[in-house]
Amino acid sequence: MNPWMHYLLWPCIKFAIAITIVLTVVAGMTWIERRLLGLMQARLGPNRVGPQGLFQIIADPIKLLMKEDIMPSAAEKVVYVLGPMIPLLPAFLVFCLIPFGPPPAFAVTRVNVGLLLIVALTSTSVYGIILGGWASNNKYSLMGGLRSAAQMVSYEVPFGLSIVGVLMLCGSFDLVKIIEYQERHVWNLFPQLVAAFIFFVSMNAESNRTPFDLPEAESELVAGYHTEYSGMKFAFYMLSEYASMLVNSCLMTSLFLGGWTLSVGGYGVTTAALRSMGLLGGVIGAAIFFGKVMTLMLVYVWFRATFPRFRFDQLMDLGWKWMIPLALANIFVTGILILAAGTLKIGADTYWYGELALSIVGAAVLAFTLFLITRGRPAATVAARPTEPPKVIHASRVSEA
Amino acid sequence: MSTLTRYSAIPYTGPAPTNRAPYVPKNAEPANARGEAIATTLGNAAMTQERGQDMPTFLVERARIADVLRNLAENPDLAFILPLDCFGTDYPDREERFDVVYQLYSLKNNERIRLKVRVGENDTVPTSTGVFKSFDWFEREVFDMFGVRFEGHPNMRRILCHEAFQGHALRKDYDPAQRWILTEQNVARIIPKIDPRFATEDTDFERVTLNLGPSHPATHGTLRIVVTLDGEKIIGADAEIGYLHRCFEKMSETHTYQQVIPYTDRLNYCSAIINNVGYALAVEKLLGIEAPARAQQVRLMLSEFWRIADHIVCISANLVDIGALTNYWYLMQPREEIIGLTEACSGARLLPSYVRVGGLAVDVPSNFLEQAQRLVDMLPRYIDDVEKLIWKNRIFRERVQGVAVISKEDAINFGFTGPCLRACGVPYDVRKASPYIGYETYDWDVPIAEGGDTYARFLVRFEEMRQSLRILQQAIDRGLPAGPVIVDNPYVALPPKSKVYNEMESLIYHFKLIMHGIQPPVGETYFQVEGGNGELGFYVVSDGTKNPYRVRVRPPCFPLFEAFGQMITGQTIPDAIGALGSLNIIAGELDH
Repeated sequence: MNPWMHYLLWPCIKFAIAITIVLTVVAGMTWIERRLLGLMQARLGPNRVGPQGLFQIIADPIKLLMKEDIMPSAAEKVVYVLGPMIPLLPAFLVFCLIPFGPPPAFAVTRVNVGLLLIVALTSTSVYGIILGGWASNNKYSLMGGLRSAAQMVSYEVPFGLSIVGVLMLCGSFDLVKIIEYQERHVWNLFPQLVAAFIFFVSMNAESNRTPFDLPEAESELVAGYHTEYSGMKFAFYMLSEYASMLVNSCLMTSLFLGGWTLSVGGYGVTTAALRSMGLLGGVIGAAIFFGKVMTLMLVYVWFRATFPRFRFDQLMDLGWKWMIPLALANIFVTGILILAAGTLKIGADTYWYGELALSIVGAAVLAFTLFLITRGRPAATVAARPTEPPKVIHASRVSEA
Repeated sequence: MSTLTRYSAIPYTGPAPTNRAPYVPKNAEPANARGEAIATTLGNAAMTQERGQDMPTFLVERARIADVLRNLAENPDLAFILPLDCFGTDYPDREERFDVVYQLYSLKNNERIRLKVRVGENDTVPTSTGVFKSFDWFEREVFDMFGVRFEGHPNMRRILCHEAFQGHALRKDYDPAQRWILTEQNVARIIPKIDPRFATEDTDFERVTLNLGPSHPATHGTLRIVVTLDGEKIIGADAEIGYLHRCFEKMSETHTYQQVIPYTDRLNYCSAIINNVGYALAVEKLLGIEAPARAQQVRLMLSEFWRIADHIVCISANLVDIGALTNYWYLMQPREEIIGLTEACSGARLLPSYVRVGGLAVDVPSNFLEQAQRLVDMLPRYIDDVEKLIWKNRIFRERVQGVAVISKEDAINFGFTGPCLRACGVPYDVRKASPYIGYETYDWDVPIAEGGDTYARFLVRFEEMRQSLRILQQAIDRGLPAGPVIVDNPYVALPPKSKVYNEMESLIYHFKLIMHGIQPPVGETYFQVEGGNGELGFYVVSDGTKNPYRVRVRPPCFPLFEAFGQMITGQTIPDAIGALGSLNIIAGELDH
């Protein structure tokens, strides 16, 4: 093939297609989220514009575009304008590194350190938030920006550490290789259960979603870092938030949920099986991929409807005292078991036993952690009080049940 | 059609009110006797008993009021430790024109006492903030409204009216139509003092003063809290109120007794019916009448429904404040049904003005009990669902346990009442302490919790809803008594239209009542009900004319918000927001 075609034109076309799909998903997500939240919260959600309110997707950007763009007079002009753009760029760039279906047709580019590049790119989005918060010249915005910076930096660590276990199993930074490894063995979710859990929690924190939505905490900081933003600038922040949700879901799917495949031990819908079906197979693969991604996106919405918000120190506690030690322990245990399975040479494919052991250990650790987290404090003691004319009951008895 | 058609307004054989007859409370004798006993126990020469009042009342020498208050609080036999109210009254014809009235409550003996101090135009009263922290804001309010200065008060400035306001609104010679415009230059800049606990704390960072409110998503209503921050920790807080002040008390003085009722709706707009009931009962006490049994039971049932609605709003809004969104919309569903029931009764939804002096505006719909039963059946499911969602949630528990703690002693000293006081472990509920409209005939409990933190306030509110449901179930089982819904007294209640059009005497009564209003006997009285947030009291002074001479509302939010600054110092902003929601500050009530 013509190298110009191969290295420039083709990727550009593929990226254009990918970005269109991604934007559609992001726009659709705003509608899905609002309708789903409505369903969960015993209300309707947007249902006026078009069938089931579907045209709200179009109505919202039009409204935002036509809104007056207000800039605070005391704002730091250049940074204020740059703020919303900075997180948007990396959020969209990483989509050219994620394989949506069997390569090469369904991956825009294939970089052998793709995972590192993705993590490096996504972590820059914090600049936009902290700069935007600072440039607004508003105390609430500044506090939102500071919270965001601290939070994203803290959770970047367990986020990165949780990936290490997967890398050790698969032996590659290439997402395609990681997915192909999973179709030959089993979804990394099982042997890397603890890592998957940490990754999932951290990715919630990374994209500032409930219960980690402290940077924008609307009841505390009005709207956090984007308090002073209106119109399309505000929309950019929202867009990058949803894009980062999508990126994280794609990563979770690729790393832990087998990407575009549906197979265990090489049986099922594998890459080879999809390739044999030609273009249709690729489309099916992409559909499987997006099916998994959308499931994760719905979990985001479900979380939003369920959880209260953390307080800042509690958030830091969780990150530094729970997530990071757990992630480190996971790396250690994974290493030991890989070494043990390799040394003992049990069975033909020794990794099977290692992975089985890892799954059991992971499940146990996760169960123990969840037990520790959900365990409540002992209920307040019922004060023994003499019988007095107003018969009194202790309200904490409800919590003892 | 009103049931009044069956019970003729004529012939009326009861007593006609002689204009300007003195008010003789029903319990004047025991109150006198108790007053003498208190005077003997205290042996204080500075107190002169005022006889013939509805509670032991004393006239105290101006210079010694603080000592008397301290004696009353510290005497182990009396223990008047709960400061209820401090307000003024203006009698311009008198030489010492102002009365500053203090009302205290004894948790030990379940009794009340009223102290009066006479103050002239240029006199000062020694402050009693040293005895009761609660009186800090109350004294500022007296100063704001009457211009009475308190000597030694730490912060003697206006509280409800703005800085550009001139004159004192509740003085009798102040024109109610007078307006003052506040421009931006006149707004006081508030920089809260750093709490002594943190004064020595060395920090390299600049301390930030942050304005929470008056328009901030978490200050439901228009509250303003100015905080000094060290990072996210609040090291100094100052609350500023009055953004919703419309001088309910002055408005009452220019309206007839019945016309005040819609204004009472706007006090605590989350449970408007309870305000209606409290005001109506106070005026009925002054008139010496009692509403028919049917009206009383409907009042009780609607009060309990609205107590649940009030707690629903408090709990759900508080959960939104700490980030749990779903509960809000989920709990709005049963609240909507409660509003629907009120609409079926009165035609209005949020601010029904359904209660009248002497009874109710109209009878309840025929299916009232079925609708009430349906609500009582559906409410527990909603309460249980929300509890299930939050009680076992670690994030929720971490966010509320041990947050914004107020000790029992402080809570009493600040004059807390209602769920917030019960969350500190004090079982004081007006419905048990001095039952009204038949609460004593129902079997229910007063929930309390220990700790005085946000969590305890949650617990108490959840359990109170269940207790209200118990009361409601019993009320439904008893059925509504037959009979009219408003007293058969043409000097209080309008005769039905059918009679007005057909009978001469009814027409006259109608005309008289419309033109001259209700004219209670001359005197003063205080009546308290348990509002959604605590003791809601109405102090009514009548001079025998159709307009009240003075209406004083004792808003339960006022002392709660007064203590807020102390409660949040040392906490972080998210906790302060969570605590604010759990106190359920209603701006309409706070700023009357």
